[in-house]
Amino acid sequence: MRIWKYGDNINTDMLFPGKYTYTCSTPEEIKPHLLEDLDPLFAKNVKEGDIILAGRNFGCGSSREQPVVGLKAVGIKAVIAKSFARIFYRAAINQGLLLIECPEAVDAYSEGDKIEINAEKGIIKIGDKRFSFPSLPPEILAIRDAGGLLSYTKLKLRKK
Amino acid sequence: MGMTFAEKILAKYGGERQVTPGQIVTVSPDHLLTHDNTAAIVQKIQEELEKYGIYNKTFPVVVLDHVIPAASEKTARNHKIIRDFVKKHGIKNFFDIGIGICHQVMIEKGLALPGKLLLGSDSHTCSYGAVGAFSSGIDRTEAAALMLTGETWLKVPSSIKITLKGKLKSGVMAKDVILHIIGDISASGATYCSVEFTGNIKQFSVDDRFTIANMGVEMGAKNAYFPPDEITTSYLDQIGIARSSYTPVFPDRDASYDMELEYDLSNMVPMIACPHSVDNVRKVDEVAGIEINQCLIGTCTNGRVSDLQITARILKGKKVHPDVRLLILPASKKVYEEALRNGIIEILVKAGAVILPPGCGPCLGAHQGVLAPGERCLSTANRNFKGRMGCKEAEIYLSSPATAAVSAIYGVITDPREVIKT
Repeated sequence: MRIWKYGDNINTDMLFPGKYTYTCSTPEEIKPHLLEDLDPLFAKNVKEGDIILAGRNFGCGSSREQPVVGLKAVGIKAVIAKSFARIFYRAAINQGLLLIECPEAVDAYSEGDKIEINAEKGIIKIGDKRFSFPSLPPEILAIRDAGGLLSYTKLKLRKK
Repeated sequence: MGMTFAEKILAKYGGERQVTPGQIVTVSPDHLLTHDNTAAIVQKIQEELEKYGIYNKTFPVVVLDHVIPAASEKTARNHKIIRDFVKKHGIKNFFDIGIGICHQVMIEKGLALPGKLLLGSDSHTCSYGAVGAFSSGIDRTEAAALMLTGETWLKVPSSIKITLKGKLKSGVMAKDVILHIIGDISASGATYCSVEFTGNIKQFSVDDRFTIANMGVEMGAKNAYFPPDEITTSYLDQIGIARSSYTPVFPDRDASYDMELEYDLSNMVPMIACPHSVDNVRKVDEVAGIEINQCLIGTCTNGRVSDLQITARILKGKKVHPDVRLLILPASKKVYEEALRNGIIEILVKAGAVILPPGCGPCLGAHQGVLAPGERCLSTANRNFKGRMGCKEAEIYLSSPATAAVSAIYGVITDPREVIKT
Protein backbone atom coordinates (compact mmCIF):
# COMPACT_ATOMS: atom_id res chain seq x y z
CA MET A 1 0.00 0.00 0.00
CA ARG A 2 1.34 3.38 -0.99
CA ILE A 3 0.55 6.79 0.51
CA TRP A 4 0.34 9.62 -2.00
CA LYS A 5 0.85 12.91 -0.15
CA TYR A 6 -0.17 16.30 -1.54
CA GLY A 7 -0.68 19.85 -0.23
CA ASP A 8 -3.54 22.33 0.11
CA ASN A 9 -6.07 23.35 -2.56
CA ILE A 10 -5.61 20.36 -4.86
CA ASN A 11 -8.14 21.43 -7.48
CA THR A 12 -10.13 19.50 -10.04
CA ASP A 13 -7.88 20.66 -12.90
CA MET A 14 -4.89 19.08 -11.12
CA LEU A 15 -6.90 15.91 -10.48
CA PHE A 16 -8.24 15.69 -14.02
CA PRO A 17 -7.47 18.40 -16.63
CA GLY A 18 -10.50 20.34 -17.90
CA LYS A 19 -9.51 19.84 -21.52
CA TYR A 20 -10.62 16.19 -21.27
CA THR A 21 -13.97 16.95 -19.60
CA TYR A 22 -16.04 16.38 -22.73
CA THR A 23 -13.95 13.66 -24.29
CA CYS A 24 -13.41 11.25 -21.37
CA SER A 25 -16.16 10.02 -19.10
CA THR A 26 -15.78 6.26 -18.63
CA PRO A 27 -13.39 4.95 -15.92
CA GLU A 28 -11.07 3.49 -18.60
CA GLU A 29 -10.88 6.85 -20.43
CA ILE A 30 -10.31 8.75 -17.18
CA LYS A 31 -7.62 6.56 -15.55
CA PRO A 32 -4.58 7.54 -17.69
CA HIS A 33 -5.19 11.27 -17.07
CA LEU A 34 -5.64 11.16 -13.30
CA LEU A 35 -3.48 13.81 -11.58
CA GLU A 36 -1.75 14.33 -14.94
CA ASP A 37 -0.67 17.95 -14.27
CA LEU A 38 0.06 17.41 -10.56
CA ASP A 39 1.97 14.14 -10.41
CA PRO A 40 2.67 12.31 -13.69
CA LEU A 41 3.81 9.22 -11.77
CA PHE A 42 0.43 8.75 -10.07
CA ALA A 43 -1.52 7.25 -12.98
CA LYS A 44 1.38 4.93 -13.85
CA ASN A 45 2.05 3.60 -10.37
CA VAL A 46 -1.17 3.80 -8.36
CA LYS A 47 -2.37 0.43 -7.02
CA GLU A 48 -5.58 -0.86 -5.50
CA GLY A 49 -5.66 -0.07 -1.77
CA ASP A 50 -3.45 3.06 -1.96
CA ILE A 51 -4.36 6.10 0.13
CA ILE A 52 -4.20 9.83 -0.68
CA LEU A 53 -3.28 12.22 2.10
CA ALA A 54 -3.79 15.96 1.51
CA GLY A 55 -4.20 19.38 3.06
CA ARG A 56 -7.10 21.81 3.04
CA ASN A 57 -9.80 22.19 0.37
CA PHE A 58 -9.10 18.97 -1.57
CA GLY A 59 -11.13 18.78 -4.80
CA CYS A 60 -11.91 22.49 -5.10
CA GLY A 61 -12.92 23.96 -8.43
CA SER A 62 -15.16 22.47 -11.07
CA SER A 63 -18.12 20.15 -10.56
CA ARG A 64 -16.57 17.55 -12.86
CA GLU A 65 -16.89 14.10 -11.32
CA GLN A 66 -14.16 12.38 -13.34
CA PRO A 67 -11.60 12.76 -10.52
CA VAL A 68 -13.90 10.87 -8.14
CA VAL A 69 -14.88 8.23 -10.70
CA GLY A 70 -11.20 7.79 -11.59
CA LEU A 71 -9.90 7.55 -8.00
CA LYS A 72 -12.59 5.00 -7.22
CA ALA A 73 -11.78 3.02 -10.39
CA VAL A 74 -8.05 2.75 -9.67
CA GLY A 75 -8.92 1.45 -6.20
CA ILE A 76 -7.99 4.35 -3.91
CA LYS A 77 -9.05 3.12 -0.48
CA ALA A 78 -9.61 6.58 1.00
CA VAL A 79 -8.65 10.21 0.67
CA ILE A 80 -7.71 11.68 4.05
CA ALA A 81 -7.56 15.47 4.02
CA LYS A 82 -7.77 18.48 6.33
CA SER A 83 -10.93 19.53 4.47
CA PHE A 84 -12.75 18.89 1.20
CA ALA A 85 -14.55 21.16 -1.26
CA ARG A 86 -18.28 20.52 -1.08
CA ILE A 87 -19.11 19.38 -4.62
CA PHE A 88 -16.21 16.91 -4.50
CA TYR A 89 -17.47 15.68 -1.11
CA ARG A 90 -20.98 15.07 -2.48
CA ALA A 91 -19.59 13.40 -5.60
CA ALA A 92 -17.57 11.02 -3.42
CA ILE A 93 -20.70 10.00 -1.48
CA ASN A 94 -22.49 9.48 -4.79
CA GLN A 95 -19.71 7.21 -6.12
CA GLY A 96 -19.03 5.45 -2.81
CA LEU A 97 -15.46 6.77 -2.46
CA LEU A 98 -14.38 7.05 1.18
CA LEU A 99 -13.34 10.57 2.21
CA ILE A 100 -12.05 11.24 5.71
CA GLU A 101 -11.85 14.78 7.02
CA CYS A 102 -9.26 14.61 9.80
CA PRO A 103 -6.68 17.43 10.00
CA GLU A 104 -4.95 15.88 13.04
CA ALA A 105 -4.26 12.65 11.17
CA VAL A 106 -2.80 14.54 8.19
CA ASP A 107 -0.50 16.50 10.51
CA ALA A 108 0.55 13.38 12.42
CA TYR A 109 1.74 11.49 9.34
CA SER A 110 5.42 11.23 8.57
CA GLU A 111 7.06 9.49 5.63
CA GLY A 112 7.06 5.73 6.10
CA ASP A 113 4.19 5.59 8.63
CA LYS A 114 1.67 2.81 8.13
CA ILE A 115 -1.97 3.85 7.86
CA GLU A 116 -4.87 1.63 8.95
CA ILE A 117 -8.48 2.67 8.47
CA ASN A 118 -11.55 1.24 10.16
CA ALA A 119 -14.40 2.97 8.35
CA GLU A 120 -17.14 1.23 10.39
CA LYS A 121 -15.76 2.41 13.72
CA GLY A 122 -14.48 5.73 12.36
CA ILE A 123 -10.87 5.18 13.39
CA ILE A 124 -7.56 5.86 11.62
CA LYS A 125 -4.26 4.54 12.92
CA ILE A 126 -1.16 6.37 11.77
CA GLY A 127 1.97 4.65 13.01
CA ASP A 128 1.08 4.15 16.70
CA LYS A 129 -1.32 7.13 16.92
CA ARG A 130 -5.11 6.76 16.77
CA PHE A 131 -7.59 9.33 15.50
CA SER A 132 -11.36 9.20 15.23
CA PHE A 133 -13.53 10.73 12.56
CA PRO A 134 -17.32 11.29 12.67
CA SER A 135 -19.67 8.99 10.81
CA LEU A 136 -21.97 10.31 8.07
CA PRO A 137 -25.65 11.04 8.88
CA PRO A 138 -27.91 7.97 8.35
CA GLU A 139 -29.70 9.51 5.33
CA ILE A 140 -26.35 9.73 3.57
CA LEU A 141 -24.94 6.41 4.72
CA ALA A 142 -27.98 4.84 3.05
CA ILE A 143 -26.73 6.17 -0.30
CA ARG A 144 -23.24 4.81 0.26
CA ASP A 145 -24.55 1.48 1.50
CA ALA A 146 -26.71 1.08 -1.59
CA GLY A 147 -23.49 1.23 -3.63
CA GLY A 148 -23.74 4.90 -4.60
CA LEU A 149 -26.47 7.29 -5.67
CA LEU A 150 -27.41 5.61 -8.95
CA SER A 151 -28.11 2.24 -7.35
CA TYR A 152 -29.91 4.02 -4.49
CA THR A 153 -32.12 5.93 -6.95
CA LYS A 154 -32.83 2.85 -9.07
CA LEU A 155 -33.90 1.00 -5.92
CA LYS A 156 -36.15 3.88 -4.90
CA LEU A 157 -37.80 4.00 -8.33
CA ARG A 158 -38.40 0.26 -8.32
CA LYS A 159 -40.12 0.49 -4.91
CA LYS A 160 -42.46 3.20 -6.20
CA MET B 1 -34.72 32.19 16.87
CA GLY B 2 -34.11 34.06 13.61
CA MET B 3 -32.92 32.29 10.49
CA THR B 4 -30.37 33.22 7.83
CA PHE B 5 -31.30 33.27 4.14
CA ALA B 6 -30.06 29.71 3.62
CA GLU B 7 -31.89 28.43 6.71
CA LYS B 8 -35.12 30.12 5.65
CA ILE B 9 -35.11 28.88 2.08
CA LEU B 10 -34.10 25.34 3.04
CA ALA B 11 -36.81 25.29 5.72
CA LYS B 12 -39.32 26.38 3.05
CA TYR B 13 -38.25 23.75 0.52
CA GLY B 14 -37.66 21.10 3.15
CA GLY B 15 -41.16 21.52 4.59
CA GLU B 16 -39.84 22.44 8.05
CA ARG B 17 -40.74 25.38 10.27
CA GLN B 18 -37.23 25.81 11.59
CA VAL B 19 -33.90 24.33 10.54
CA THR B 20 -30.41 24.63 11.97
CA PRO B 21 -26.97 24.27 10.38
CA GLY B 22 -25.95 20.65 9.89
CA GLN B 23 -29.53 19.43 9.50
CA ILE B 24 -30.30 17.36 6.40
CA VAL B 25 -33.41 18.29 4.42
CA THR B 26 -34.99 16.64 1.39
CA VAL B 27 -35.80 19.22 -1.28
CA SER B 28 -37.40 19.45 -4.71
CA PRO B 29 -35.58 22.24 -6.54
CA ASP B 30 -37.41 24.45 -9.06
CA HIS B 31 -34.99 23.55 -11.84
CA LEU B 32 -31.99 21.38 -12.60
CA LEU B 33 -29.38 22.89 -14.91
CA THR B 34 -27.16 20.73 -17.10
CA HIS B 35 -25.02 21.69 -20.11
CA ASP B 36 -22.76 19.77 -22.50
CA ASN B 37 -22.43 17.23 -19.71
CA THR B 38 -26.09 16.24 -20.29
CA ALA B 39 -24.85 13.52 -22.69
CA ALA B 40 -22.78 11.85 -19.97
CA ILE B 41 -25.62 12.33 -17.48
CA VAL B 42 -28.37 10.70 -19.55
CA GLN B 43 -26.09 7.83 -20.56
CA LYS B 44 -25.93 6.83 -16.90
CA ILE B 45 -29.69 6.33 -16.72
CA GLN B 46 -30.75 5.17 -20.17
CA GLU B 47 -32.65 2.14 -18.98
CA GLU B 48 -34.49 4.11 -16.27
CA LEU B 49 -35.33 6.91 -18.70
CA GLU B 50 -36.95 4.32 -20.99
CA LYS B 51 -38.86 2.81 -18.12
CA TYR B 52 -39.86 5.78 -15.97
CA GLY B 53 -39.26 8.86 -18.16
CA ILE B 54 -37.96 12.13 -16.77
CA TYR B 55 -39.37 13.62 -13.61
CA ASN B 56 -40.97 16.60 -15.30
CA LYS B 57 -40.58 18.22 -18.74
CA THR B 58 -40.16 21.76 -17.40
CA PHE B 59 -37.75 20.77 -14.62
CA PRO B 60 -34.46 20.34 -16.52
CA VAL B 61 -32.79 23.30 -18.19
CA VAL B 62 -30.33 22.13 -20.83
CA VAL B 63 -27.90 24.66 -22.32
CA LEU B 64 -25.21 23.84 -24.89
CA ASP B 65 -22.34 26.19 -24.07
CA HIS B 66 -19.15 24.44 -22.99
CA VAL B 67 -17.65 23.37 -26.30
CA ILE B 68 -19.61 25.27 -28.95
CA PRO B 69 -19.66 24.98 -31.91
CA ALA B 70 -18.43 21.42 -31.51
CA ALA B 71 -14.63 21.25 -31.64
CA SER B 72 -14.30 17.59 -32.60
CA GLU B 73 -16.28 14.59 -33.72
CA LYS B 74 -16.52 13.48 -30.10
CA THR B 75 -18.01 16.77 -28.88
CA ALA B 76 -20.32 16.85 -31.93
CA ARG B 77 -21.58 13.37 -31.00
CA ASN B 78 -22.21 14.61 -27.45
CA HIS B 79 -24.29 17.49 -28.77
CA LYS B 80 -26.24 15.11 -30.99
CA ILE B 81 -27.00 12.78 -28.08
CA ILE B 82 -28.28 15.80 -26.14
CA ARG B 83 -30.48 17.10 -28.97
CA ASP B 84 -31.96 13.61 -29.45
CA PHE B 85 -32.63 13.33 -25.70
CA VAL B 86 -34.30 16.75 -25.63
CA LYS B 87 -36.59 15.84 -28.56
CA LYS B 88 -37.46 12.40 -27.28
CA HIS B 89 -38.40 13.58 -23.80
CA GLY B 90 -39.95 16.88 -24.81
CA ILE B 91 -37.64 18.98 -22.61
CA LYS B 92 -39.17 22.46 -22.56
CA ASN B 93 -36.14 24.50 -21.53
CA PHE B 94 -33.52 23.68 -24.14
CA PHE B 95 -31.07 26.28 -25.44
CA ASP B 96 -28.91 25.15 -28.34
CA ILE B 97 -25.48 26.59 -29.16
CA GLY B 98 -25.20 30.35 -29.46
CA ILE B 99 -27.91 31.31 -26.97
CA GLY B 100 -25.45 31.83 -24.17
CA ILE B 101 -23.46 30.56 -21.23
CA CYS B 102 -25.78 28.48 -19.04
CA HIS B 103 -25.65 30.75 -15.98
CA GLN B 104 -26.38 33.86 -18.01
CA VAL B 105 -29.25 32.02 -19.73
CA MET B 106 -30.73 30.95 -16.36
CA ILE B 107 -31.01 34.58 -15.27
CA GLU B 108 -31.87 36.16 -18.64
CA LYS B 109 -34.70 33.70 -19.29
CA GLY B 110 -36.15 34.26 -15.83
CA LEU B 111 -35.52 30.65 -14.74
CA ALA B 112 -33.52 31.76 -11.70
CA LEU B 113 -35.68 34.10 -9.62
CA PRO B 114 -35.70 35.50 -6.09
CA GLY B 115 -36.63 32.92 -3.47
CA LYS B 116 -36.20 29.92 -5.82
CA LEU B 117 -34.01 26.87 -5.26
CA LEU B 118 -31.87 25.70 -8.16
CA LEU B 119 -29.23 23.02 -8.58
CA GLY B 120 -26.92 22.53 -11.52
CA SER B 121 -24.13 20.23 -12.62
CA ASP B 122 -21.71 23.12 -12.84
CA SER B 123 -19.78 24.70 -9.98
CA HIS B 124 -20.72 28.27 -10.95
CA THR B 125 -24.41 27.54 -10.44
CA CYS B 126 -23.93 29.65 -7.30
CA SER B 127 -24.28 32.74 -9.56
CA TYR B 128 -28.06 33.09 -9.15
CA GLY B 129 -27.71 34.53 -5.68
CA ALA B 130 -27.26 37.70 -7.75
CA VAL B 131 -31.07 37.84 -7.96
CA GLY B 132 -31.71 36.36 -4.52
CA ALA B 133 -32.07 32.68 -5.43
CA PHE B 134 -30.46 29.79 -3.54
CA SER B 135 -28.37 27.93 -6.08
CA SER B 136 -25.57 25.44 -5.85
CA GLY B 137 -23.43 23.08 -7.90
CA ILE B 138 -23.68 19.29 -7.90
CA ASP B 139 -21.97 16.44 -9.79
CA ARG B 140 -23.18 14.57 -12.88
CA THR B 141 -24.41 11.51 -11.00
CA GLU B 142 -26.58 13.62 -8.74
CA ALA B 143 -27.93 15.45 -11.80
CA ALA B 144 -28.81 12.04 -13.28
CA ALA B 145 -30.73 11.06 -10.14
CA LEU B 146 -32.51 14.43 -10.08
CA MET B 147 -33.49 14.02 -13.73
CA LEU B 148 -35.42 10.90 -12.67
CA THR B 149 -36.78 11.84 -9.24
CA GLY B 150 -36.72 15.65 -8.97
CA GLU B 151 -35.50 15.51 -5.39
CA THR B 152 -32.29 15.30 -3.36
CA TRP B 153 -30.86 16.05 0.07
CA LEU B 154 -29.11 19.21 1.17
CA LYS B 155 -27.30 19.94 4.39
CA VAL B 156 -28.28 23.27 5.94
CA PRO B 157 -25.06 25.31 5.78
CA SER B 158 -23.62 27.71 8.32
CA SER B 159 -23.75 31.29 7.11
CA ILE B 160 -21.24 34.09 6.68
CA LYS B 161 -22.39 37.71 6.48
CA ILE B 162 -20.26 40.11 4.45
CA THR B 163 -21.11 43.79 4.84
CA LEU B 164 -19.85 46.02 2.04
CA LYS B 165 -19.49 49.62 3.22
CA GLY B 166 -18.49 52.79 1.38
CA LYS B 167 -18.39 53.31 -2.35
CA LEU B 168 -16.01 51.99 -5.00
CA LYS B 169 -13.76 54.54 -6.67
CA SER B 170 -13.55 54.97 -10.42
CA GLY B 171 -11.59 52.19 -12.15
CA VAL B 172 -12.36 49.69 -9.37
CA MET B 173 -15.03 47.12 -10.23
CA ALA B 174 -17.17 44.40 -8.62
CA LYS B 175 -14.54 41.87 -9.77
CA ASP B 176 -11.92 43.65 -7.67
CA VAL B 177 -14.22 43.39 -4.65
CA ILE B 178 -14.61 39.64 -4.91
CA LEU B 179 -10.90 39.09 -5.68
CA HIS B 180 -10.05 41.20 -2.63
CA ILE B 181 -12.38 39.14 -0.41
CA ILE B 182 -11.10 35.78 -1.71
CA GLY B 183 -7.53 36.97 -1.23
CA ASP B 184 -8.46 37.87 2.31
CA ILE B 185 -10.36 34.77 3.45
CA SER B 186 -8.66 32.24 1.09
CA ALA B 187 -9.95 29.72 -1.44
CA SER B 188 -11.37 27.64 1.40
CA GLY B 189 -12.50 30.53 3.61
CA ALA B 190 -16.21 29.92 3.05
CA THR B 191 -16.18 26.13 2.52
CA TYR B 192 -19.63 24.52 3.04
CA CYS B 193 -21.05 27.98 3.95
CA SER B 194 -23.78 30.20 2.60
CA VAL B 195 -22.45 33.71 2.01
CA GLU B 196 -24.80 36.69 2.34
CA PHE B 197 -23.77 40.09 1.01
CA THR B 198 -25.29 43.18 2.56
CA GLY B 199 -24.50 46.85 3.21
CA ASN B 200 -24.14 49.46 0.49
CA ILE B 201 -25.14 47.08 -2.31
CA LYS B 202 -27.26 49.67 -4.13
CA GLN B 203 -24.11 50.64 -6.04
CA PHE B 204 -24.09 47.19 -7.63
CA SER B 205 -26.19 46.35 -10.70
CA VAL B 206 -27.44 42.81 -11.29
CA ASP B 207 -24.39 42.42 -13.59
CA ASP B 208 -22.04 43.34 -10.73
CA ARG B 209 -23.84 41.07 -8.26
CA PHE B 210 -23.59 38.26 -10.82
CA THR B 211 -19.80 38.70 -10.97
CA ILE B 212 -19.51 38.53 -7.19
CA ALA B 213 -21.94 35.63 -6.63
CA ASN B 214 -20.37 33.70 -9.55
CA MET B 215 -17.07 33.56 -7.67
CA GLY B 216 -18.63 32.40 -4.39
CA VAL B 217 -17.46 28.86 -5.15
CA GLU B 218 -13.88 30.14 -5.49
CA MET B 219 -13.89 30.64 -1.72
CA GLY B 220 -15.64 27.31 -1.20
CA ALA B 221 -19.15 28.69 -0.65
CA LYS B 222 -22.25 26.58 -1.22
CA ASN B 223 -24.16 29.63 -2.42
CA ALA B 224 -23.77 33.40 -2.42
CA TYR B 225 -26.75 35.73 -1.97
CA PHE B 226 -27.71 39.36 -2.50
CA PRO B 227 -31.04 40.35 -0.90
CA PRO B 228 -33.40 41.31 -3.73
CA ASP B 229 -34.22 45.04 -3.87
CA GLU B 230 -35.57 47.55 -6.39
CA ILE B 231 -32.49 46.97 -8.58
CA THR B 232 -33.40 43.27 -8.78
CA THR B 233 -37.09 43.85 -9.41
CA SER B 234 -36.53 46.51 -12.05
CA TYR B 235 -34.09 44.16 -13.83
CA LEU B 236 -36.71 41.39 -13.73
CA ASP B 237 -39.46 43.80 -14.89
CA GLN B 238 -37.26 44.74 -17.79
CA ILE B 239 -36.82 41.13 -18.92
CA GLY B 240 -40.58 40.62 -18.69
CA ILE B 241 -40.92 38.65 -15.45
CA ALA B 242 -44.20 39.27 -13.62
CA ARG B 243 -43.72 40.27 -9.99
CA SER B 244 -46.34 37.71 -9.03
CA SER B 245 -44.09 34.89 -10.25
CA TYR B 246 -41.60 35.13 -7.39
CA THR B 247 -41.49 35.71 -3.63
CA PRO B 248 -38.16 36.98 -2.31
CA VAL B 249 -36.73 35.38 0.82
CA PHE B 250 -34.81 37.57 3.28
CA PRO B 251 -32.74 36.64 6.34
CA ASP B 252 -34.23 37.51 9.74
CA ARG B 253 -32.70 40.45 11.59
CA ASP B 254 -31.74 38.23 14.53
CA ALA B 255 -30.25 35.41 12.41
CA SER B 256 -27.03 33.94 13.67
CA TYR B 257 -23.85 33.85 11.58
CA ASP B 258 -20.69 31.81 11.94
CA MET B 259 -18.62 34.76 10.81
CA GLU B 260 -19.34 38.42 10.07
CA LEU B 261 -16.96 40.40 7.89
CA GLU B 262 -16.91 44.04 6.89
CA TYR B 263 -15.10 45.68 3.99
CA ASP B 264 -14.73 49.37 3.20
CA LEU B 265 -15.06 49.60 -0.58
CA SER B 266 -13.73 53.16 -0.72
CA ASN B 267 -10.27 51.76 0.14
CA MET B 268 -10.33 49.02 -2.49
CA VAL B 269 -8.02 49.06 -5.50
CA PRO B 270 -7.86 46.96 -8.69
CA MET B 271 -6.75 43.43 -7.81
CA ILE B 272 -5.09 40.60 -9.72
CA ALA B 273 -5.28 36.89 -8.88
CA CYS B 274 -1.85 35.49 -9.79
CA PRO B 275 -1.04 31.92 -10.88
CA HIS B 276 -2.08 29.28 -9.95
CA SER B 277 -4.82 29.91 -7.40
CA VAL B 278 -7.67 32.38 -7.13
CA ASP B 279 -6.64 33.43 -3.62
CA ASN B 280 -3.11 34.37 -4.70
CA VAL B 281 -4.27 37.97 -4.96
CA ARG B 282 -2.09 41.09 -5.31
CA LYS B 283 -2.83 44.78 -5.75
CA VAL B 284 -2.43 45.67 -9.41
CA ASP B 285 0.59 47.94 -8.80
CA GLU B 286 2.50 44.99 -7.27
CA VAL B 287 2.32 43.06 -10.55
CA ALA B 288 2.13 45.93 -13.04
CA GLY B 289 4.57 45.54 -15.92
CA ILE B 290 4.24 41.76 -16.32
CA GLU B 291 4.05 40.99 -20.04
CA ILE B 292 0.96 39.25 -21.38
CA ASN B 293 0.33 37.33 -24.61
CA GLN B 294 -3.44 37.00 -24.47
CA CYS B 295 -6.36 38.83 -22.88
CA LEU B 296 -9.74 37.20 -22.41
CA ILE B 297 -12.62 39.54 -21.59
CA GLY B 298 -16.02 37.97 -21.03
CA THR B 299 -17.19 34.56 -19.69
CA CYS B 300 -19.96 33.97 -17.15
CA THR B 301 -18.01 36.10 -14.67
CA ASN B 302 -17.59 39.27 -16.72
CA GLY B 303 -19.28 38.88 -20.11
CA ARG B 304 -22.27 41.19 -19.75
CA VAL B 305 -23.09 44.45 -21.52
CA SER B 306 -21.69 46.65 -18.73
CA ASP B 307 -18.40 44.69 -18.87
CA LEU B 308 -18.13 45.06 -22.64
CA GLN B 309 -19.14 48.70 -22.35
CA ILE B 310 -16.23 49.62 -20.11
CA THR B 311 -13.92 47.57 -22.34
CA ALA B 312 -15.12 49.54 -25.40
CA ARG B 313 -14.81 52.84 -23.55
CA ILE B 314 -11.16 52.06 -22.89
CA LEU B 315 -10.38 50.66 -26.35
CA LYS B 316 -12.24 53.29 -28.39
CA GLY B 317 -9.87 54.69 -31.01
CA LYS B 318 -6.98 52.60 -29.62
CA LYS B 319 -5.26 49.45 -30.84
CA VAL B 320 -4.56 46.24 -28.98
CA HIS B 321 -0.80 45.81 -28.44
CA PRO B 322 0.74 43.90 -31.40
CA ASP B 323 2.02 41.13 -29.12
CA VAL B 324 -1.38 40.57 -27.48
CA ARG B 325 -4.40 38.58 -28.71
CA LEU B 326 -7.59 40.07 -27.29
CA LEU B 327 -10.50 37.62 -27.13
CA ILE B 328 -13.99 38.87 -26.34
CA LEU B 329 -16.54 36.38 -25.06
CA PRO B 330 -20.06 37.79 -24.68
CA ALA B 331 -22.05 35.84 -22.08
CA SER B 332 -25.09 35.45 -24.33
CA LYS B 333 -26.73 36.18 -27.67
CA LYS B 334 -28.77 38.85 -25.92
CA VAL B 335 -25.60 40.54 -24.65
CA TYR B 336 -24.03 40.16 -28.11
CA GLU B 337 -27.04 41.76 -29.80
CA GLU B 338 -27.11 44.68 -27.41
CA ALA B 339 -23.37 45.19 -27.84
CA LEU B 340 -23.91 45.22 -31.62
CA ARG B 341 -26.72 47.77 -31.33
CA ASN B 342 -24.63 50.02 -29.06
CA GLY B 343 -21.65 49.98 -31.40
CA ILE B 344 -19.53 48.20 -28.77
CA ILE B 345 -18.61 45.29 -31.03
CA GLU B 346 -17.52 47.63 -33.83
CA ILE B 347 -15.19 49.51 -31.46
CA LEU B 348 -13.71 46.27 -30.17
CA VAL B 349 -13.20 44.72 -33.61
CA LYS B 350 -11.58 47.93 -34.89
CA ALA B 351 -9.24 47.88 -31.90
CA GLY B 352 -8.15 44.38 -32.94
CA ALA B 353 -10.27 42.09 -30.78
CA VAL B 354 -11.46 38.64 -31.86
CA ILE B 355 -15.11 38.05 -30.96
CA LEU B 356 -15.91 34.50 -29.84
CA PRO B 357 -19.37 32.90 -29.84
CA PRO B 358 -21.29 33.10 -26.53
CA GLY B 359 -20.02 30.00 -24.73
CA CYS B 360 -17.30 28.82 -22.38
CA GLY B 361 -14.58 28.52 -25.04
CA PRO B 362 -11.08 29.07 -23.71
CA CYS B 363 -12.09 29.39 -20.05
CA LEU B 364 -11.75 25.64 -19.46
CA GLY B 365 -9.12 25.05 -22.10
CA ALA B 366 -11.34 22.97 -24.37
CA HIS B 367 -10.81 25.11 -27.50
CA GLN B 368 -10.73 28.69 -28.87
CA GLY B 369 -7.76 30.39 -27.29
CA VAL B 370 -5.78 27.58 -25.68
CA LEU B 371 -2.38 28.82 -24.46
CA ALA B 372 1.13 27.67 -25.44
CA PRO B 373 3.85 26.76 -22.92
CA GLY B 374 5.40 29.87 -21.38
CA GLU B 375 2.51 32.13 -22.36
CA ARG B 376 0.59 34.42 -20.02
CA CYS B 377 -3.07 35.28 -20.20
CA LEU B 378 -4.88 38.05 -18.33
CA SER B 379 -8.47 36.87 -18.06
CA THR B 380 -11.72 38.13 -16.55
CA ALA B 381 -12.84 34.53 -15.93
CA ASN B 382 -13.12 32.96 -12.50
CA ARG B 383 -10.27 30.40 -12.39
CA ASN B 384 -6.53 30.51 -12.93
CA PHE B 385 -5.66 26.94 -11.99
CA LYS B 386 -2.61 25.38 -13.58
CA GLY B 387 -3.63 23.88 -16.91
CA ARG B 388 -7.04 25.55 -16.82
CA MET B 389 -6.66 27.08 -20.27
CA GLY B 390 -5.38 23.86 -21.77
CA CYS B 391 -1.64 24.11 -21.03
CA LYS B 392 0.05 23.38 -17.72
CA GLU B 393 3.14 25.42 -18.61
CA ALA B 394 1.10 28.59 -19.16
CA GLU B 395 0.13 31.21 -16.58
CA ILE B 396 -3.29 32.77 -16.00
CA TYR B 397 -3.87 36.05 -14.16
CA LEU B 398 -7.41 37.19 -13.28
CA SER B 399 -8.68 40.75 -13.25
CA SER B 400 -11.61 43.05 -13.92
CA PRO B 401 -12.55 43.93 -17.52
CA ALA B 402 -11.17 47.46 -16.99
CA THR B 403 -7.74 46.15 -15.96
CA ALA B 404 -7.75 43.60 -18.79
CA ALA B 405 -8.73 46.19 -21.43
CA VAL B 406 -6.08 48.70 -20.38
CA SER B 407 -3.46 45.95 -20.17
CA ALA B 408 -4.39 44.75 -23.69
CA ILE B 409 -3.37 48.16 -25.03
CA TYR B 410 -0.02 48.27 -23.25
CA GLY B 411 0.87 44.58 -23.51
CA VAL B 412 1.70 44.47 -19.81
CA ILE B 413 -0.46 44.32 -16.68
CA THR B 414 -1.47 47.94 -16.11
CA ASP B 415 -3.43 49.80 -13.43
CA PRO B 416 -6.69 50.89 -15.13
CA ARG B 417 -6.83 54.01 -12.97
CA GLU B 418 -3.99 55.40 -15.09
CA VAL B 419 -6.45 55.57 -18.00
CA ILE B 420 -9.83 55.95 -16.29
CA LYS B 421 -9.48 59.28 -14.58
CA THR B 422 -13.15 60.13 -14.17
